[in-house]
Amino acid sequence: MQEVKKLITIATAGSVDDGKSTLIGRLLYETNSLPTDKLEAIERSSKQKGYDYLDFSLATDGLIAEREQGITIDVAHIYFNTERTNYIIADTPGHVEYTRNMVTGASKAQVAIILIDARKGVLEQTYRHFFISNLLQMRHVIVAINKMDLVGYEEEVFERIRGEMEELVAKSDFRPEQVHYLPVSALYGDNITVRSERMPWYPGNALLPHLEVLEEEELQGSGSEARFPVQYVIRPKTASHPDFRGLAGTVYGGRFTVGQEIVVLPSLKTSRIMAIHQYTDQVETAEAGMAPVLVLADDIDVSRGDMIVPLHARPQSVKEVSATICQLNSQPLRVGQRLLLQHGVNRVHAKVTAIEGRIPTDFGSAEAAESLGLNEIGQVRFKLSKPIHVDAFSLNRHTGSFILIDEQGHDTLSVGFVQ
Amino acid sequence: MKQTTLIDHKEAASIHILREVAAQFERPVLLFSGGKDSITLVRLAQKAFYPAKIPFPLLHIDTGHNFPETIAFRDQLVEELGLTLIVRQVQDAIDQGLVKEEKGRYASRNSLQTVTLLAAIEEFKFDACIGGARRDEEKARAKERVFSVRDDFGQWDEKNQRPELFDMLNGRIDQGQNVRAFPISDWTELDVWEYIRRENIQIPSIYFAHQREVFFRDGLVWTANEHVYREPHEQVESHWVRFRTVGDMTCTAAVLSEAKTLDEVVAEIRSSTLSERGARIDDKRSEAAMETRKKAGYF
Repeated sequence: MQEVKKLITIATAGSVDDGKSTLIGRLLYETNSLPTDKLEAIERSSKQKGYDYLDFSLATDGLIAEREQGITIDVAHIYFNTERTNYIIADTPGHVEYTRNMVTGASKAQVAIILIDARKGVLEQTYRHFFISNLLQMRHVIVAINKMDLVGYEEEVFERIRGEMEELVAKSDFRPEQVHYLPVSALYGDNITVRSERMPWYPGNALLPHLEVLEEEELQGSGSEARFPVQYVIRPKTASHPDFRGLAGTVYGGRFTVGQEIVVLPSLKTSRIMAIHQYTDQVETAEAGMAPVLVLADDIDVSRGDMIVPLHARPQSVKEVSATICQLNSQPLRVGQRLLLQHGVNRVHAKVTAIEGRIPTDFGSAEAAESLGLNEIGQVRFKLSKPIHVDAFSLNRHTGSFILIDEQGHDTLSVGFVQ
Repeated sequence: MKQTTLIDHKEAASIHILREVAAQFERPVLLFSGGKDSITLVRLAQKAFYPAKIPFPLLHIDTGHNFPETIAFRDQLVEELGLTLIVRQVQDAIDQGLVKEEKGRYASRNSLQTVTLLAAIEEFKFDACIGGARRDEEKARAKERVFSVRDDFGQWDEKNQRPELFDMLNGRIDQGQNVRAFPISDWTELDVWEYIRRENIQIPSIYFAHQREVFFRDGLVWTANEHVYREPHEQVESHWVRFRTVGDMTCTAAVLSEAKTLDEVVAEIRSSTLSERGARIDDKRSEAAMETRKKAGYF
């Protein structure tokens, strides 16, 4: 039997050399998730470099350039299990120039672990990564104040940094109970899987026990109405299925049920769900996250990029949209620029009509700006060639976000969040 | 109502990716090795497009040193499902003088496959190659995107990968470029085995314990066969073994095992303290063996 376990997806964040990779390596080591051959490889490399400790960052920094420079360039995905939970951790880079990779990793995570070097305190990158975690509406944030060993495990240092972060949290959208503060030493394993004896003043759980007791409700977003962006039209035209016409896609939010009345966007044609196929099975309902094939009662025109939604719970169809943009490319975003906007599986042409302001990462008030440069965040208005069907990002991560693509160079330039 | 499990969600996410490949590209192909991961991909592709057929062919780059069980299995699967299979031989590239056969104790055609793969991509103008790589396999693979853009030379630019937000996939490329798509990126080895068990998917017999003529070198169990170089002092013995990962004979070591059923195999993997690729001779060449091959266009 398949075990029903909880899945927690985590992204690390924080500045360079805060010890993100070391923390993950330590977590793997202490949960016996490092296979013998990998552990031996770490021991060999650590010895070769003359360290008197095990360099656990080697467990995740897999690229040649990363090991050469001792930094993380791109996000690594790490998988491990405990008795009750499956974990996927995105180990993201701290360098400012690789922020796009941090956003990539964090976009799939529910929990952010923001590391802070106890000696250095809150840095510019801490602000940026906290701001991005807020923008992505992570469900839970753990501020891990690391390298406590280098400040004599002093409570005062921990409290000072915690105070600074609490001020930032107060300005953000997070509720105070969504943020948890933790003093750790990733290098020596303090407060990673077991409570540290060297910090008896800290009353809370160590990192892993804290994660283990996070409840499902704390990890999931608020439920949204059912959305079904059509990805692919299935027409077998075979002897056994001569007239079959199925609409394949993924359900985002809510659920669809056989017999339900629906409307197709943008055509506004209405119909009823006649059948829901999951491979050779026919099912009564399709839950969020499933990828079924829907068959409608009426033979109406539906193609890739259209969206099927409940008749009386439609998203907003907009031909003009204002969104919070995080610029991920060194090519700046300017007024008048033409781009492709990809919303889920749908692409439309877009033109930047106004940059309404640049937002500083300390949650200060927006500043006037002509353009948005790499890693900058701002409020931007677009005009679209065809309508897209959006929900607020807080209601639905999938219908509330989009990416901007360079029409000539094809690169993904930015990510946008709809309020 | 049936409760959805983690593997149901992973299955759905993989199906989503396969449909994106079919929708965004003109000439996709599924890279098929005959191993459990690519066999799992075939099942996922069946599910993604049912009741229509899988809308892309399979491509097998045959080193000529494959286990006969794998080849027989491949041909049977293609026959049963009515799939299109394209096979390109590494031997042809050797005969044409495009690549040179390696020599010595560790001679393998594994890295030679890249040249044949790139030639096949050019021959058929494939714009997307679907592969069964998983991020938990190896540290360079842990860094891979779901859609990974390769240039005209098949090269992976590891320092400059496209951002990939939520499950939005950007498959736009220039002519001559191609995308490597990895639908089971987020699956673990155990996920694959649990899925094979749940779905009752047939896999080649060499994944189960059998008696085989082997010899021991560097702590690994090597197949004794005319394709695998052996020193005179390396003694051939008969042992119960199975394969945990299946490449060709020259790059895949066996593990000593008596696990004859899927349940026994799953139990063995659960309790194993060695990593899956611990028996991959091709990864042992250096710390960054996989990354170096990926940059050269390896899948």
